[in-house]
Amino acid sequence: MSTTSTPDATLSGSEAEATRKVGPLLVMPSVIVLLAWMIVPLVMTLWFSFQYYNLVDPTTRGFAGIDNYAYLVTDPDFWVSLENTLILLVAVLVITVGLGTLLAVVFNLPFPGRNIARVLAISPFFVMPTVSALIWKNLLMHPIYGVFGALASTLGLPPVDWFAQFPLAAVIAIVSWEWLPFALLILLTAVQSLDHEQREAARMDGAGPLAQFFFITLPHLSRAIGVVIMIETIFLLTVFAEIFVTTSGGPGNATTNLAFLIYARALLQYDIGGASAGGVVAIVLANIVAFFLVRSIARRLEV
Amino acid sequence: MRATPLQRLLSFIFGWGAALLLFFPIAWMVLTSFKSERDATSPGLFFAPSLDSYRDVFARADYLSFALNSVVISVGGTVLALLFAIPAAYAMAFHPTHRTRGTLLWMLSTKMLPPVGVLVPIYLLFRTAGLLDSRSGLVMIYALMNLPIVVWMLFTFYKEVPNEILEAGRMDGAKTAGEVWFLLLPLTLPGVASTGLLSLILCWNEAFWSLNLTSAGAAPLTAFIASFSSPEGLFFAKLSAASTMAVAPILVFGWFSQRQLVQGLTFGAVK
Amino acid sequence: MARIPRDGIIAVVAGAALMLASTGVARADSTITIATVNNGDMVVMQKLSSAFEKQHPDIHLRWVVLEENVLRQRVTTDIATKAGQFDVLTIGNYEVPIWAKQGWLVAMDNLPASYDVDDLLKPVRAGLTYDGKLYGLPFYGESAMTYYRTDLFQKAGIKMPDAPTYDQIRGFADKITDKPNQIYGMCLRGKPGWGENMAYVTSLVNAEGGQWFNMQWKPVIDSPEWHKAISYYDDILKADGPPGATSNGFNENLALFSSGHCGMWIDATVAGGLLYDKKQSTVADKVGFAPMPTGSFVGAPTWLWSWNLAIPASSKQQDAARTFVTWATSKEYIQLVAKENGWVSVPPGTRVSTYASADYQKAAPFAGFVRKAIDVANPDGQTQQPRPYQGAQFVAIPEFQGMGTQVGQTIAGTLTGQTTVDQALKTAQAAADRTMHQAGYPKK
Repeated sequence: MSTTSTPDATLSGSEAEATRKVGPLLVMPSVIVLLAWMIVPLVMTLWFSFQYYNLVDPTTRGFAGIDNYAYLVTDPDFWVSLENTLILLVAVLVITVGLGTLLAVVFNLPFPGRNIARVLAISPFFVMPTVSALIWKNLLMHPIYGVFGALASTLGLPPVDWFAQFPLAAVIAIVSWEWLPFALLILLTAVQSLDHEQREAARMDGAGPLAQFFFITLPHLSRAIGVVIMIETIFLLTVFAEIFVTTSGGPGNATTNLAFLIYARALLQYDIGGASAGGVVAIVLANIVAFFLVRSIARRLEV
Repeated sequence: MRATPLQRLLSFIFGWGAALLLFFPIAWMVLTSFKSERDATSPGLFFAPSLDSYRDVFARADYLSFALNSVVISVGGTVLALLFAIPAAYAMAFHPTHRTRGTLLWMLSTKMLPPVGVLVPIYLLFRTAGLLDSRSGLVMIYALMNLPIVVWMLFTFYKEVPNEILEAGRMDGAKTAGEVWFLLLPLTLPGVASTGLLSLILCWNEAFWSLNLTSAGAAPLTAFIASFSSPEGLFFAKLSAASTMAVAPILVFGWFSQRQLVQGLTFGAVK
Repeated sequence: MARIPRDGIIAVVAGAALMLASTGVARADSTITIATVNNGDMVVMQKLSSAFEKQHPDIHLRWVVLEENVLRQRVTTDIATKAGQFDVLTIGNYEVPIWAKQGWLVAMDNLPASYDVDDLLKPVRAGLTYDGKLYGLPFYGESAMTYYRTDLFQKAGIKMPDAPTYDQIRGFADKITDKPNQIYGMCLRGKPGWGENMAYVTSLVNAEGGQWFNMQWKPVIDSPEWHKAISYYDDILKADGPPGATSNGFNENLALFSSGHCGMWIDATVAGGLLYDKKQSTVADKVGFAPMPTGSFVGAPTWLWSWNLAIPASSKQQDAARTFVTWATSKEYIQLVAKENGWVSVPPGTRVSTYASADYQKAAPFAGFVRKAIDVANPDGQTQQPRPYQGAQFVAIPEFQGMGTQVGQTIAGTLTGQTTVDQALKTAQAAADRTMHQAGYPKK
């Protein structure tokens, strides 16, 4: 990009005037519909969170005070679900960014059939999460019919029952498979934009491939990595389909994340009051995460 | 950059290895869909291929109507989101105020709320508005759902447009926002295209709202899948066939448009 | 309308309304939306419904076929918010009385004489009756029984008694398990859910003398009876169960048994027809049947489930919906399935006439077992200690879905070794206490 200064700096008086008028006018429609989209359900959610409201038991309605919240925070599953949400988030981020960077470097090197290989590698991104979860559960990780089990038994090992023995790791594997192509795509574009002369110069200076990677490629990728982290975080905080299809949050509460906990409240127990309290907590959590994203990543993105 | 033969070999092995590993689950799904139900229970490579599963799936569900709904809803949601997002992103990039940054991040944070948290309020609103099981209802939901990402992605494109071009345009007399806009359009078209593609993929694969707000009329392919996951009896081949049919359109579309998608999918990360 | 005389009373009721409407205006067609589960029998219903549309050219059917859990949350959300998306619901005998009590369902009275409502199996009919009225018509019904592989029993030199006990079953399971050949002595539901593992576990707990609540509605999960039942369940599945037991529900176990991986399986009687069907089962000629095993408390409620068609009060097409529901649960429909797919595939567990049919008895040798199992399922009976609730493999209160699933998750945790039985029961007890407290029990 040729300039990093904001357009304001170059605006004359009358143009600044135009900015004052035109800018908000154009942003307004989006902001208004998003506000409506946010505020209306948010107000309703807030309202429900202070009510006794069970869908299947209309006899108990009325003001609940902070009961729903008290019930939520005293639920041992709640704290576990926060922990699982964070583990899932961090693990998938580390895996996708780590492997994504490596693959981006590999796919930047010339080799026969590179374009086809790249198309194959990014394919998982197009598969709907429900289908991914169904394939992984039934065709790959199933201890009796699955491919992994068959591989294990040809090696003479007992088949691993993934969703019982390593449930959270299994979910992380599926989600990582879905998001690795996304990280790869963004990081690959960034690697491709790396100045060849820069690298060539480093090579002349005698820097080995590893040194080149750590001192030139990686710093160059920091912005792209920031982008990957930011976008993935948005989606990973609300992972649901993969858990619903494979483990339903279990065994026990081993794979219950906040999104699934709220789902269980709302559509298994039909406790709309409790689910709404969970929703409000999720909103607060989202804002905390957003705050940290702003501080750590968004700043570098000059947003 | 020149590569030594060894480097080429290594990158060939790693590149293809990774690609095949990542693609394996999809390939296996397609393979299983051509097995008979009995063959599908054992992970063998050799079997007599049959189209029975596809025949069963077609006989049981009106695939084309589900697929059509998916197309209409995804395209509709994407177009609507772009209509709202383009002016907003334009204004944020070229006429930023001190609130721009906050607005953008607030938009993004709205995406971090699990949708199930607001299901009942939305369901009640939709019931009142008569939008349940309607394509237009889902189009609205999808547009709103993707709006933050779309705005942000477009914003990063507009920010990359060198200011000099705008300046030059202004000197040529392009005074109004509209004229600048026409000047910008060709410059940012790749960005709009790749934003649209991303939004399309996200809409196609969305499985919560589409399941909960539709019944028969507007149900897209995600609902089609929900009628084939874990029914009675042996079901692996039928499930694979249904999955293949649900995924194939967007996958093929993705393959063909990946160049456009890749071009624009930078979120301003490339300097 | 009057051209179907056997739908007498409906025709009269609908006809009377029509007379008024059709004096001047031509009658409008009606379209009804049917929400159903993707189980085999319902898929058959969808396929055969073209016969219904031929008979009733003025009624068009739209189908919403979904996996059980998704379907349940869809129809519950819809009916509780009175959104009126569906005209016919497929719901269990768990929901019918609860929803009828809320006034959400249309009563199924004034059924035509040809429907022969007295032909419905008594326990099944009782489960769908609230306040003296039927609120759903049974599509198929089931109890539970023990399936076993006759060839494996023969090879091991053992014989299944006429009325096995859980202790005997344990011994058999050990004898026929052959893990290297992927044959597992006992398959049981392990997938968490009130209608999955907890259906079996509740029945097992009843058999060992336990129950969910005492007369003060206090949960009594942390009890010696539960401890005994869950320990048995854990031990037998760990020793003789298939890997991945915690992901196995009814469908998964059916797939396992019919592909030859299970030695025994205790589950819903409806599996009989599927296991006996050579097209769907590789072990069709080697399946044996026995009643559900008994534990220390004989005569406890065992298992009674039915999938029923009901009409929500929010439906705007109640007459057309009623015409469809009476057709799909009629004798005529059963004959139709028998003609198209053979007697072994007819929806079981609903009508005396089905079990009286010589053709059915010949095609389905398990028919007598099923009939008997349903008759002794005893869903309204007592557990060892008196109980304030009804239901055999579930508890007929609205809170049970959520609580059952939560407890089911905890029990599944014991199978994977994540928790011990003691810990799990304490956790389950605490969770149930919390739910009941929040729901305001004991209700005045």
